[in-house]
Amino acid sequence: MSLHRRPLLALPALLGAAALRPARAADPFRVGFVYVSPIGDAGWTFQHELGRRAVEAALGPAVKTAYVENVPEGADAERVIRRLAQDGNQMVFATSFGYMNPVEKVARAFPKAKFEHATGYKRAANLATYSGRYYEPRYLTGIIAGRLSKSGTIGYVAAFPIPEVIQGINAMLLGARSVNPKAVIKVVFTSSWFDPGKERAAADTLVAQGADYLTQHTDSTAVVQAAEEKGVWCSGYDSDMLKYAPKTHTTAVEMHWDDYYIDRVRKAIDGGWTSGDVWGGLASGMVKLSRFNPALPAPLLAEVAAQTEAIKSGRLVVFSGPLRDQSGAVKLPEGKALTDPEILSMNWFLEGVQGKL
Amino acid sequence: MPDGFVLLALLVATLRAAAPLLLAGFGELVAERSGVLNLGVEGMMLVGAAAGFIATVATGQVLLGLMVAALAGMLMALLFGLLTLTLGANQVACGLALTIFGTGLSALIGLPWQGTPIPGLASVIWPGLDAAGPVAQQLMLLDPLLGLALLLPVLVGFFLYRTRSGLILRAVGESHEVAHALGYGVLRVRYAAVLFGGAMAGLAGAYLSLVYTPMWTENMVAGRGWIALALVVFSAWKPVWLAIGALFFGFVTIAQFQAGALGLDVSPHLLSMLPYLATVVVLVLISRDETRRKLNAPAALGKPFTAAG
Amino acid sequence: MPLRLEARPEPSRAMLWLSPVLAAVLAAAGGGLVFAALGYDPLLALRTLFIDPLATLDGLTELGLKATPLLLCAIGIAIAVQAGLWNIGAEGQLTMGAIAGGGIALAFGGGGHWWILPATLLAGAAGGAAWAAIPALLKTRFHAHEILTTLMLSYVAVQILGWLVHGPWIDPEGFNFPQSRMFEPDALLPVLVEGSRLHAGALLALLAVPLAWLLLARTAAGFRLRTIGLAPRAARYAGFPERGSVWFALCLSGALAGLAGVGEAAGPVGQLQPVMSPGYGFAGIIVAFLGRLQPFGILAAALLMALIYLGGEQLQVSMQLPLAATGTIQGMLLFFLLASDVFIDHRLVWMARRHA
Repeated sequence: MSLHRRPLLALPALLGAAALRPARAADPFRVGFVYVSPIGDAGWTFQHELGRRAVEAALGPAVKTAYVENVPEGADAERVIRRLAQDGNQMVFATSFGYMNPVEKVARAFPKAKFEHATGYKRAANLATYSGRYYEPRYLTGIIAGRLSKSGTIGYVAAFPIPEVIQGINAMLLGARSVNPKAVIKVVFTSSWFDPGKERAAADTLVAQGADYLTQHTDSTAVVQAAEEKGVWCSGYDSDMLKYAPKTHTTAVEMHWDDYYIDRVRKAIDGGWTSGDVWGGLASGMVKLSRFNPALPAPLLAEVAAQTEAIKSGRLVVFSGPLRDQSGAVKLPEGKALTDPEILSMNWFLEGVQGKL
Repeated sequence: MPDGFVLLALLVATLRAAAPLLLAGFGELVAERSGVLNLGVEGMMLVGAAAGFIATVATGQVLLGLMVAALAGMLMALLFGLLTLTLGANQVACGLALTIFGTGLSALIGLPWQGTPIPGLASVIWPGLDAAGPVAQQLMLLDPLLGLALLLPVLVGFFLYRTRSGLILRAVGESHEVAHALGYGVLRVRYAAVLFGGAMAGLAGAYLSLVYTPMWTENMVAGRGWIALALVVFSAWKPVWLAIGALFFGFVTIAQFQAGALGLDVSPHLLSMLPYLATVVVLVLISRDETRRKLNAPAALGKPFTAAG
Repeated sequence: MPLRLEARPEPSRAMLWLSPVLAAVLAAAGGGLVFAALGYDPLLALRTLFIDPLATLDGLTELGLKATPLLLCAIGIAIAVQAGLWNIGAEGQLTMGAIAGGGIALAFGGGGHWWILPATLLAGAAGGAAWAAIPALLKTRFHAHEILTTLMLSYVAVQILGWLVHGPWIDPEGFNFPQSRMFEPDALLPVLVEGSRLHAGALLALLAVPLAWLLLARTAAGFRLRTIGLAPRAARYAGFPERGSVWFALCLSGALAGLAGVGEAAGPVGQLQPVMSPGYGFAGIIVAFLGRLQPFGILAAALLMALIYLGGEQLQVSMQLPLAATGTIQGMLLFFLLASDVFIDHRLVWMARRHA
C-alpha cells in the first residue's frame, strides 16, 4: 500500500532543528505544496499532486518536495504555509483561492522564499499567481454535448456561483449553441465542493427533468457515475474520469500543472524565477481535454480537433459578441470580446442557462 | 416529460436519499432506547463504507461487502461499548472520539482503494439498467438494501413494542437499576443494542459506497451521521416519527434540487437551507402538541451503569 | 472474569492527577506502535507530534491562537450541558458571531473611532447569543428539542454567511470571489506578541475561564442552573425558573461561541470568508467533555486539543505522514484520555468469583 513508499523520504528531516540550518549547495531544493482537500484519486487537489510528482520525477535528487493535505481556507492556512517556509522549503505552491491573504502575509515574512498562488490575484516580488483558462476546453465539451444530446438539455451540477464556475457554464453553452442553437443548460448548485451524495441527487434530478448530457464543477466523481448508471453522456472536470464511466464519459476538462511546476521550480533553482501572472489556456497545455471515449464518432472528433486548433491559434475567441444575459439584455455587442478582467469577474449567466445565481 | 414520470423520479430519489438516514437512524434509535447515546454514528458509517467497499472490490461480491460493512460497524461499536459500558467512560466524549477516529481510520484503510470504479448495486442486479426505459430504470433503482431500510420502521417497531426482548430493552433504557434488580443483564442488553446500532450504521455507510455513489473517497458520508442522530431526537424515540423524519428530510433535499433545476428565482444558498429549516419547522409543529411532550427521552440515556457490589 | 472494575467510594485524588499522565503514556505507546507499523520512526514521530509544536515561541503563540476558539466554544457548551441542554450548534453560533461582528467591522471600520473594535466584539457575542436564542424560544415556547434545532440552525448559519459573501457583502474589488473586504485596522484585534498572530481575543477566552467557574460554582444563578440540569424535578419543586435557565444558558453559550467567531474574523482571518471555522463548534463538544465540563479542566483540554491539531500538521510538514494516519492517531489519543479518566472513579480489582 502506498504508505510504505514514504519512510525513506522522512529520514532526512531527522530533527526539527535541521530546518533552520542554511541550505548548502549540495542540499536538494525544497518545495512545499498546500492542498485544500485530501489528495484522493481524481479532482482539483489530485491534479496538483500529479504536478508535484512530475516535479520529483523530472528533477530527481535536485529537489525534495513536501505537501500538507486538507488545509482549511482560513486561519489555519497561514500557519501551515509559514511552517513549510520555516521547515526549509524555499518555494511553496498554495493551490487554492482561499489561501490568498495567508500566502501574501507569509511571503512578506520570508522575502527569500518564493511563493506561487493558484487562482488568486494578489502578487508581490516573491509571490506569483497562476491559473488555467478552464473555459476554453469547456467550450469544446459544449460542442460535444450539443452534438450528442438529443433533448438539447445539458445538466450541470455546480458547487458555488463563483466566476470560475460561471465562466465554465457560459462557455459550455456557447459551445453547445455553436452546433445546436436551441441547446440549454440546467444548472443545480450543491453549495459544497465535495458531497458525493448531494452531487448524485442533483444529477438524478437533472436527468429526471430531461437532461441527457451531464457535467459537473464539483470535486467528486459522483456525477459521471450517475450518468453511467442512467446511460446518458457526460464529461468530467479536473481529472480524466473515463474509468468511472467507461461507456458514457466523452472527455474531461483536465488541469495539467506538470509542465508549469517543473518550469517554475527549475527557474527557481537556476535563479531565473520572477514573479508574474500566468493564465494558461489550451495553447499553454495547462488545460486540455482528456482522452476521448472510443465510442465517439470520428466526424465529431475531427470537429473538436479543428475548434481546438482555432482556439489555440486565436481564431476562435470563446467570449466574443454578441452575448445576451438571462434577461435578454445585450452584455457584449457583436465584434467585441470580453477582456480578461471581465472574464475573471464574470457574475452573470447567458441567455439559455436555466439557473439562478 | 410527463408529470407522472417526474413524480415517480421524485419518489425514487427521495427514498434513495432517505435510505442511509433510515438505516443509521434506526440503529441509533435502538441503542438510545437501551439508554446508550452513541454520537459516533458518522465515524461508524465511514468505516462501514470503506470496509464494505474494500471487501466488494477484493472479492467481487456485493453481498459479502455488505456483510463486512455491518461487521466493521459492529467492531467500531464494540470499541465504543468497551469504553463506555465496560469502563464506564463518558458516552458523549467517546462517541465524538469515535467519529474522529473513524474518519481517520476509514481514510487510512481506504487509501489504496480510492478511485477504484465499481458498478452500483442496481447495475449489478440489473445489467441492462443503463439501456432501460426511463420508468423501468427508476423501478430498477429500488434495491434490496433500500427495501431493508424501508422495512426497518416496521421491524424495529414490532421488536420494541411487541416482543419480550424489546420490552426488556426499553426497561433497561428507562431505569437500569430497576432492570438490574429484576435480574436482567443490563450490560448484555446494552452491548447488543450498541452492536446493532453499529451494524446498521455500517450498512448505512455501505449504502453510500456501494449503492448510491459507488466509490470510496475520504469523508464521503459528509455529515449524514449527524443528521441521522438529530432525527432520532426529532422522532422523540418513536419509530414512526423517525421514518417520517428521514423520508421528509430526504424529500426536502431532493426538492431543493428540483427547484434549482426548474430555474426558480431563488438563491442557491437559500435553497440549500431548505432541508434544515423545513426540519426545524416540522419539529416545532409536532412538538407544539402537548401530548407528544410526554414522550421524553429514555430516562437512563447517557448514564453509565455499574452493578453495585 | 478475574479482573473487574469497581467504583471507588470517592474519587481518587491521586488518579485525578495521574490519569492524564497515564493517558499520555498509553497514548504515546499506542501511537508509537501505529507509527512503527506504518514504517515511521516512532520516537521521532512522537517528538514531532508533541514536542516540536511547543519548542518555539512562535509555536506557543500558534497554540494559543488555535486553542482560543476551542476554549470559548467549549466553555459555552459546558454551561449549556450543566443546565441539561444539548447545544451541539456552537458552529452556527460561531458563524453568526462572525457575521454580526463582521457586519459592524465592515460598516464602521476605518472611521478611526475608539468604539469600533468593542462594538465589533459585542456584536459578535450578541449575534451568537441571538442565534442560540432561536432554539431557546423554540424549546420554551414549542417544546422543540434543542439538539436538533441547534444542529440544523448551524447549517443554516453557514448558508447565510455563504449568501452574504457571495452577494451583498462581496468585496467590490475582489473579482467577484466570495469574500468580504479586508477589515480596517481599527476593527482588528490587537496582536499580543510582536510578529505572531496571537491576539487579544485569547485574553478574553482566558478571562472567560475564571468567570465561568465563578458563575457555576459560586453564584446562586449557577446553582440553579446546575440543579435544573441535574435534577429538573427537584428544581421544579424548589420553584427555580426552568424557562429562564434555558434562555440564560443557551444565550450565554451562544454568546461565547459568537465571540469565538468574531475573534477569528477580526483576528487571524481579517475578513469574512464562506467558511469561518474548520469545525471548532463540534470539536468544542469533545473539549468540553475532556475537560469534565469544568472551566479549568476545559482550559487544559483546549490546549491539548490544539496541540493535537498542530502536531498533526507538523507530522505532515516534516515527516510527510499522510493526513489519514494523523486522523487515526488523533482519535486514538482521545480514546486513551477518556479511558484513563475512568480510573478516577473506579479501580481495577482482582476477583476470584463474582458474587452479586
